[in-house]
Amino acid sequence: MPVLARAIEAVGISTVLVTMSPYLAAAAGTPRIVGVEFPFGHPLGHAGDREEQMKVIRDALRALVEIKEPNTVVDLPYEWPEFELWIKAWHPPEPAPIMKYLREQARLRAEAKHREEGQS
Amino acid sequence: MPVDSFKWMPPSLANYYRNMNIERAEVPWTPLQKPLAECRFSLLSTAGAYVKGEQEPFDVEREKREPMWGDPTYRAIPRDVRQEQIGVTHLHINTADLEADINVALPVHRFLELEASGEIGSLAPTSYSVMGYQQSNDEWARRYGPEIASRMKDEEVDCAFLTPV
Repeated sequence: MPVLARAIEAVGISTVLVTMSPYLAAAAGTPRIVGVEFPFGHPLGHAGDREEQMKVIRDALRALVEIKEPNTVVDLPYEWPEFELWIKAWHPPEPAPIMKYLREQARLRAEAKHREEGQS
Repeated sequence: MPVDSFKWMPPSLANYYRNMNIERAEVPWTPLQKPLAECRFSLLSTAGAYVKGEQEPFDVEREKREPMWGDPTYRAIPRDVRQEQIGVTHLHINTADLEADINVALPVHRFLELEASGEIGSLAPTSYSVMGYQQSNDEWARRYGPEIASRMKDEEVDCAFLTPV
């Protein structure tokens, strides 16, 4: 997404990006970055929690006003409860195609190795 | 406490990103020109949101056949969209919460409230969604990023609120 932030900023629009991965946004280069330690899929908080969403949005708007240098990160202090539940719950019900593909590739490599060792 | 960017990732994915050689691009800069209360905002998320019945979902069927490919197109989401009109196609996250409340990632209704209270000038007629799984950013960099930026300019947008998922 940093590439989209840069494309928009480049035409004269001030951008602020709220992300669970501020490290990656800063590594790629992004005008203004706000970090949240929330599970993936939830940059602004819990579904149905208007107060929490507003708190994060207002903090991000403050960062939009206060950040004066490109690629600055402002981290928000909010904690997401129930880590053990959400470390699983943010994942899709079915593994993404790329995950299935990589797993299959690893299995094929392991099988090939097994066959080679069997022959030697 | 700084935010831990890897806290929610499986260890293999965290290692992959920690060791990835990311080239830092030159970052353009547009200073904020006026108070927020006079600024027009547009929103852009990578949630994979679309308007059901009016727009095609993102092409996840092709992604299932070609796992290295992710649909690079975008959808224009109108400011009067209702929650029940929103569909979400993204194979890399659990989309249930976004389908229940799109404001988790594309906060159209929250920004209408900020407009009503006078905290921002206005929400533009159009916000945008892409689908965040892209192995290459070429299409975003070359075509769709500039296209979204140009449409925002046409609607006299001052600020863009961006939310990768």
